[in-house]
Amino acid sequence: MWHKGCKYLEQNASHRKRSVRQSLLHCSNVGWLRFVSAIVQGFSEHSIPVSTSADQTSPLVSLRDVRFAYGEREILRGIDLSVHRGQVVAIMGGSGCGKTTLLRLIGGQLRATAGTVEVEGRDVARLSGGELYALRRRMGMLFQFGALFTDMSVHDNVAFPLREHTALPADMIHDLVLMKLQAVGLRGAAKLNPGELSGGMARRVALARAVALDPMLILYDEPFAGLDPISLGIIGQLIRRLNDALGASTVMVTHDVHESLEIVDYIYFVSDGRIVAQGTPDEIRASTDPFVHQFVNAEADGPVPFHYPAPPIDSLLNEEGA
Amino acid sequence: MNAIASALRRIGALTIDGVWRLGFITRFLFAVLMHSGQSLRRIHLTIRELYFSGVLSLLIIVVSGLFVGLVLGLQGYDILQRYGSADAVGVMVALSLLRELGPVIAALLFASRAGSAITAEIGLMKATEQLKAMDMMAVNPIARVVAPRFWGGVLSMPLLAALFSAMGIFGGWLITVVVIGVDDGAFWSQMQAAVEFRYDVVNGVIKSAVFGTVVSLIAVFEGYDCQPTAEGVSRAITRTVVTSALAILALDFVLTSFMFRG
Repeated sequence: MWHKGCKYLEQNASHRKRSVRQSLLHCSNVGWLRFVSAIVQGFSEHSIPVSTSADQTSPLVSLRDVRFAYGEREILRGIDLSVHRGQVVAIMGGSGCGKTTLLRLIGGQLRATAGTVEVEGRDVARLSGGELYALRRRMGMLFQFGALFTDMSVHDNVAFPLREHTALPADMIHDLVLMKLQAVGLRGAAKLNPGELSGGMARRVALARAVALDPMLILYDEPFAGLDPISLGIIGQLIRRLNDALGASTVMVTHDVHESLEIVDYIYFVSDGRIVAQGTPDEIRASTDPFVHQFVNAEADGPVPFHYPAPPIDSLLNEEGA
Repeated sequence: MNAIASALRRIGALTIDGVWRLGFITRFLFAVLMHSGQSLRRIHLTIRELYFSGVLSLLIIVVSGLFVGLVLGLQGYDILQRYGSADAVGVMVALSLLRELGPVIAALLFASRAGSAITAEIGLMKATEQLKAMDMMAVNPIARVVAPRFWGGVLSMPLLAALFSAMGIFGGWLITVVVIGVDDGAFWSQMQAAVEFRYDVVNGVIKSAVFGTVVSLIAVFEGYDCQPTAEGVSRAITRTVVTSALAILALDFVLTSFMFRG
């Protein structure tokens, strides 16, 4: 009996290894994610409604005259922005200009005080709790510091959305997780705990988790913050490659100009709650707009002043003299 | 005059704040109950929390119960033997543990051992955006994180209190019968005759269930409600322990006055 059991386990293990190897062979081909997506959706416990109202040419995400305020403090003062299917779009601006708020609005975590935020032609603010969750199952979000679950291993972190939203058998989830981790180059780290990862690795695991359900829209909150140049380049390339492999769209909030110009299709510059400039990377590089110039060339003073508003220094000198 | 006015204002502000928080915590309780289906359907989530708040609290509960029983035995013997009724020490130990000390001290220990851990865990998950990330993955954090911890606490508290009482009675027996030399038969038979199941044991269990619910609710609420910073989490943990202790003692008075009016 015991021997039989062991034999069965061995066979099972070798079968699993084989199937992983086969799955990983698919990784070289960009189609594998689509293939997985079809499987996942086939087995999905909750069917995910795919909107048919919006045609494929209309923008996936569109913000129209969006305003947002925390109490009295106005953060966004009329933002118009759209993200088309397949595009990688960067939203740039200085710290605290409301970029992250924009992502939260798109993800439905916040509601605009005025204007509309539409994803797939549906107003996010008008969705019910269930509809919003159905939409979020098709979105992936990468948080600034990864936000990995610290009480789970890397493997279980990536498996989390699959376990919560699909009824796939355990060994298939295991295979899928290894494929996702292979895509971000961390299959070997599956057994580690988040505490044992470097910042860049944690970001990559979080990226694998964000794309676990093959989303149609991926949101990145400061994906480059606090990374060394090598990790920075890796994350940048992954953002582009995953977007293209999944046929998804990407919105990325960042202030890292040079890394972003390499990988994005379109850039919006936000300052003081408004869009002050926009264009393709080539247009941005060639731009003569003073704000863009200051931002791209990292100049200390310009349209964004070095000094926080203060009374002129002369007045202080006069006061002291008096 | 100004000082009196500002003192009054402060009392008013504290009262209003307290009422607001009571309202929030009640709504939170409803939300937790509404989203409890998953913690029952996926029972392993709750069992895991039962392990963390129940099994890992065993040591402190068992050791404290033993020492409380030892002390009760000594004090009880010292007083009762003056009246020549040292045999009744078993009754005294059993009744004081089952009715009061078991549920109350076990709940106080539970609040400081498991309650603070639950608050810290949920608070840190909030501070590191794990709850937001979960919400963005279309997984409700109240259903996935809060409800299992709540039920784990609710279920483990009566069991811990029962164990505390049992250990206390054992401690009382150890010191009075084995060490001091009170008659073994009298110790147990008087206890059996005097302790009523419905009146003493069940009331004690009801108390511990109420304390378990209140402590677990306070712990998950403070964690979920905390400011997402290091300072905010530490403040939330302090509040969990302090509020739980006050709530346990105040509720104990209320419950006792309903249950044991004689």
